[in-house]
Amino acid sequence: MIKLNNIVASYTTVRGQVTAVDGVNLHVPSGYIVGIAGESGCGKTTLLRVLYGDVSFPLSLKAGSVQYGFCNDDGEEATSSNIRQHWFKRISYIPQSSMSSLNPVIRIRKQFVDFRDSKKGNAEVLAEVRAYVKDLGLPPEAIDAYPHQLSGGMRQRVMVAMATFFKPDIILADEPTTALDVVVQKGILLLLMNLQEQMKNTIFLVTHDMGVHYQIAHKMLIMYAAKAVEFGDSDAVFEESLHPYTRMLIESLPTVGDDRMRQGVSGRPPSLWDDLHGCRFAPRCLLATELCRVEEPALKEYKPGHFAACHYVESS
Amino acid sequence: MMGSGYMMKTVLKTDSLKKVYKLGGFIRRVRIDAVDDVNLDIKSDQPIIIGLVGESGCGKTTFAKVILRLVEPTSGRAIVYDRLVAGKGDKPTKQELLATLQPIFQNPYEAFSSYRTVDSYLRETAVRVNQLSQAEAVDAMEEALTSVGLEYGDVRGKYPNQFSGGELQRVSIARALIPHPNIIIADEPVSMIDASLRMNVINLFLTLKQEYETSFLYITHDLATAYYISDCIAVMYRGCIVEFGDAKAVLTDPQHPYTKLLLESIPLTNRKWDEEQIAMSGIEIEEYQFEGCKFCNRCPIAEDICNHQRPDAVRKEDGRDVYCHFA
Repeated sequence: MIKLNNIVASYTTVRGQVTAVDGVNLHVPSGYIVGIAGESGCGKTTLLRVLYGDVSFPLSLKAGSVQYGFCNDDGEEATSSNIRQHWFKRISYIPQSSMSSLNPVIRIRKQFVDFRDSKKGNAEVLAEVRAYVKDLGLPPEAIDAYPHQLSGGMRQRVMVAMATFFKPDIILADEPTTALDVVVQKGILLLLMNLQEQMKNTIFLVTHDMGVHYQIAHKMLIMYAAKAVEFGDSDAVFEESLHPYTRMLIESLPTVGDDRMRQGVSGRPPSLWDDLHGCRFAPRCLLATELCRVEEPALKEYKPGHFAACHYVESS
Repeated sequence: MMGSGYMMKTVLKTDSLKKVYKLGGFIRRVRIDAVDDVNLDIKSDQPIIIGLVGESGCGKTTFAKVILRLVEPTSGRAIVYDRLVAGKGDKPTKQELLATLQPIFQNPYEAFSSYRTVDSYLRETAVRVNQLSQAEAVDAMEEALTSVGLEYGDVRGKYPNQFSGGELQRVSIARALIPHPNIIIADEPVSMIDASLRMNVINLFLTLKQEYETSFLYITHDLATAYYISDCIAVMYRGCIVEFGDAKAVLTDPQHPYTKLLLESIPLTNRKWDEEQIAMSGIEIEEYQFEGCKFCNRCPIAEDICNHQRPDAVRKEDGRDVYCHFA
């Protein structure tokens, strides 16, 4: 169980503080692929940075903490304050752009050995790396190449290999396939799914592509304007969404083979600079009433394991 | 190919259109056939939306640039609404060209300079292309902005950073509408726009097709939106068209192995993937100048002939063209 306790994270800018994640309070069961969806600026990447413990200026954690559900060697529980010592070993990160994450002037194999276990020698680690990379179905030459010699899909596979090499408990992936072609994307996502099935770890996957979530996520977290608005099993969120925003988001997507007319959501997300009160989706919501504009709905469990933040879940 | 009757117009026609980019110096010169022998002939008696889909690097943006006369083709010709826009021959003036076709680009924040007000772009288009006076230009701007759901008062004097991506893209559509072009070339117009607002822009294209009688060349990698708005669709791979025909027919019943692969790979929201791994592309540059079928390295049904002979179009009963030896 990964516990996110009332996380508030904000950025310091020249105009002042802007809160990008505002009070996310959630218990996420371990061993699933958790998809985080929402529009740009909804706070999904910031939430991922907080989970990774990568909180540095201009980002700051104003309140709350994360309990990761595992302990270090001294029996101390991993929380936001000490998660950095678990980087790579227990928690790892797959970035969006593999080109800017790999060092262009160093061969891939050297970059692999960079974060090796200090007890083992380079040659020993390298042999393990080669065996692991072969298991993933990558060509063995890929390890000896420079990043620019590999195609984008191959580089992203190398990133996946690096992130999963130590079989970490938690993997964070921020738009891991957004820059790739659909055919390559499918390959990478299937690779991630297979690895997760073998290792039974928790993957947090951020992407704005709802199709990707539908294909691989077990659990879904929908965010809107810095708030968590819905969380539950992926099938339940897609088939029986509780929050009107989720419903409109899914309904607005066209799909091949479906000739129904689609409508976008009118209006636009609120600016996080404004003084926001009430439900943040209320100005765009067709069901909104006076209550929504005044009182902010809390994230509540309406069905077992299915949470939503809306005053009118039962009635809608 | 759409509709019938005597009023058929050539919406878009290309004869062996080709664009080769040469990279590198003397020693390691690389040739990329970005658009390789594209033959299209699309006729219609009413405005239509042509979808051009393919993965990144398939040449779809180069195709748009050739049509917009931003790059010169290496060989071949392109004709849009009976005007020669690219290739050798008697070409229209820049002003005539811009009255026939207008572009919309992917990133509206890059399309507008951040140091100029956005309405100055609209005014300039009205004055230069439509040859209107300043007073008439305001009317034209008002009309165009109204049709995309904005008001002139809300746009006047504002800079690009004062708009959201969706609004700014609407402004760039309004700008493209001012000359009442026959066709708008839209290169990935919604890929920078958030999911909840994307459909508003897509639906706007459908409305404008009816109200302004404007055709669209909709260039995208997103098959779902292409399916939603296109009347006919061309699928590109490594500079070549591999399948062309009615959008619904091509995307629901693909015939070319590449179109099939593409459709199996997109993450749909109504059907889950079969779990099987797929062949990865080899070194990309080799495929660009391969003399046989460019897809043959990844194709499950490839045979010897595919290695050295480029397949010609095979016309199927439903009017679609499939560029495959085994179609």
